[in-house]
Amino acid sequence: MQRSTANFLRRCALLCVAISATAFAADSSGPAPEFTLTALSGQQGALSQYKGQVVMVNFWATWCGPCQQEMPLLDQMYKKYKPAGFTLIGVNVDKEAPAVKELLARKPVSFPVLLDPANAVSKAYHVDEMPSSVIIDRKGEIRYVHRGYKPGDENEYQDRIRQLIRE
Amino acid sequence: MVTVILLVRAQADVLPDDRADLFYSKYSGGGMDITGESVLVRKKVTEDFALEGSYFIDNVSGASIDVLSQASQIKDERKQKTLTAQFVHDKTTYSATYIDSVERDYKSNTTSFSLTQDMFGDLTTLNLGFARTRDAVGENNGTALVPVISWLGHADSRSYTLGLSQILTKNWITGATLEVITDDGYLANPYRSIRYLDPGSPKGYSLASQVYPDTRTSTSIEGRAKYYLPYRAAITGTYRYFTDTWGIVGNTYELDYTHPLGNIWIFEGRVRYYKQNHATFYSDLFPYADSQNFMARDQDLAASENTTIGAKVTYAFLPDGWKFFKRGTATLDVSRIAFHYLDFTDIKDFGVPDYQPGEEPLYHFNAMVYQLYLSVFF
Amino acid sequence: MIDLLLSGCGGIQPWVKPYERDRLADPIMAWDRDAISSAYLDHIRETREGARGATGGAGGGCGCN
Repeated sequence: MQRSTANFLRRCALLCVAISATAFAADSSGPAPEFTLTALSGQQGALSQYKGQVVMVNFWATWCGPCQQEMPLLDQMYKKYKPAGFTLIGVNVDKEAPAVKELLARKPVSFPVLLDPANAVSKAYHVDEMPSSVIIDRKGEIRYVHRGYKPGDENEYQDRIRQLIRE
Repeated sequence: MVTVILLVRAQADVLPDDRADLFYSKYSGGGMDITGESVLVRKKVTEDFALEGSYFIDNVSGASIDVLSQASQIKDERKQKTLTAQFVHDKTTYSATYIDSVERDYKSNTTSFSLTQDMFGDLTTLNLGFARTRDAVGENNGTALVPVISWLGHADSRSYTLGLSQILTKNWITGATLEVITDDGYLANPYRSIRYLDPGSPKGYSLASQVYPDTRTSTSIEGRAKYYLPYRAAITGTYRYFTDTWGIVGNTYELDYTHPLGNIWIFEGRVRYYKQNHATFYSDLFPYADSQNFMARDQDLAASENTTIGAKVTYAFLPDGWKFFKRGTATLDVSRIAFHYLDFTDIKDFGVPDYQPGEEPLYHFNAMVYQLYLSVFF
Repeated sequence: MIDLLLSGCGGIQPWVKPYERDRLADPIMAWDRDAISSAYLDHIRETREGARGATGGAGGGCGCN
């Protein structure tokens, strides 16, 4: 009785360590969950539209400071790599649209912005940090997840994108 | 004569926005008029490192009740400089602060360190702090215009803080802080005296020097909770329990309500109640000279209560920024504090023959506190 | 360390997701919007009351980065 309890505990501890070790890697691979969301304009946008291109899905919110910081840089990156088969989709997680409309009117971006107020897509992508950027390859597989934003991170984005474009 | 303002703010993950503030304050009450001006500037040197500096000048005039009942008017100026350095790495913020405060009869400097750690999906925040303060206490035996300062001693203080903040739901955040402070050295206010019954004296009592213990250890625990009301407002409840080795137990209760209007106005109202009992060696009137080892008649150590009602209005004159400014606000904050002493009497206005020593009415007064400040974020 | 243990074992995941922190990120939910003002009021109290310490809080906000 005692020995099996000890064994059980030992196995649980090993499992716990294994789980914690893989928790961070869980979202960095596998097929990118499909989604269809509505843009501010009312138009629908789906991930499948961009199959064959390298896609970066950026999760952001109007109330998130670092998200605001990286937007202009994401815009630049989008314009630069679009001709090479890259697209950037901004998925906004705000609960209400007016703040998003107002912000984009003041600081417009040229990449598509889709609204996820019910947070279904954020949940599907296991977003655990704001902002989060998920880079998907031409085959629709998640290749890289970047959590948070600090100035200088855009260089890392560009390296990954260039790498995937060349594939 | 006065302690130092400690600016302790903690946040992990991201450094707060750069800012500059211009601050004016006025305190009027109990015979005292204190005006203050302050400038604060905060700037990120790199994304992970920021510096904050502030300069504060206090002008004191008038006289508190003890001085009124004993001697001359005060007119003094206090200057305080503060410098803080903050460094962020991952989920941890490290801070170091140095404060220097100087007035004619009191010098103080404080060095403090703190660490703030975000954990558990940023739902939990842990804060640890340590501060060391050294004071030089003096007494002006001259007048306001012709000061004669004699330096009486030093005081050394160490403070240890442990704080925890926990997000409960999308609408609720709670927090608790524990702070232990130990002081040793010259801990009394040199301008205050005790009085003892002296039938031979014209007033029926005589004054003598206070005798304070040279150590004090205090423990303070505060619990707070903030709730987001569905129509966009916030309500905060705070309770603090204080106890020390001088026998003082103090309870503080505070309720705050914040109500914004769009992106432009923020209205805030607050109510606070504080009550304490007296220190073991405190007495309004001692039976005879040297009746105890330790004796004090400082109103801060008397049994007392005070109630604050305050209102604050913030107006964003630059709600969405202009050029390199992200936001600009102007704030007016007015508080009224009613102080009631339960065993400290008003011996300035009352005495023989109408009132025998010990029978004078209890002291009470109202103070008005005004604050006006301009803040720009960039 | 603690968050590794909590999320790895026992299955307790942070129950407020980062994309659900809009209200907590609202400036009105900050513990201390105007530190210079709170420090001043604390100072007024400390010089007139026997009690001192334990005021102020950390945490909350958008939890970004």
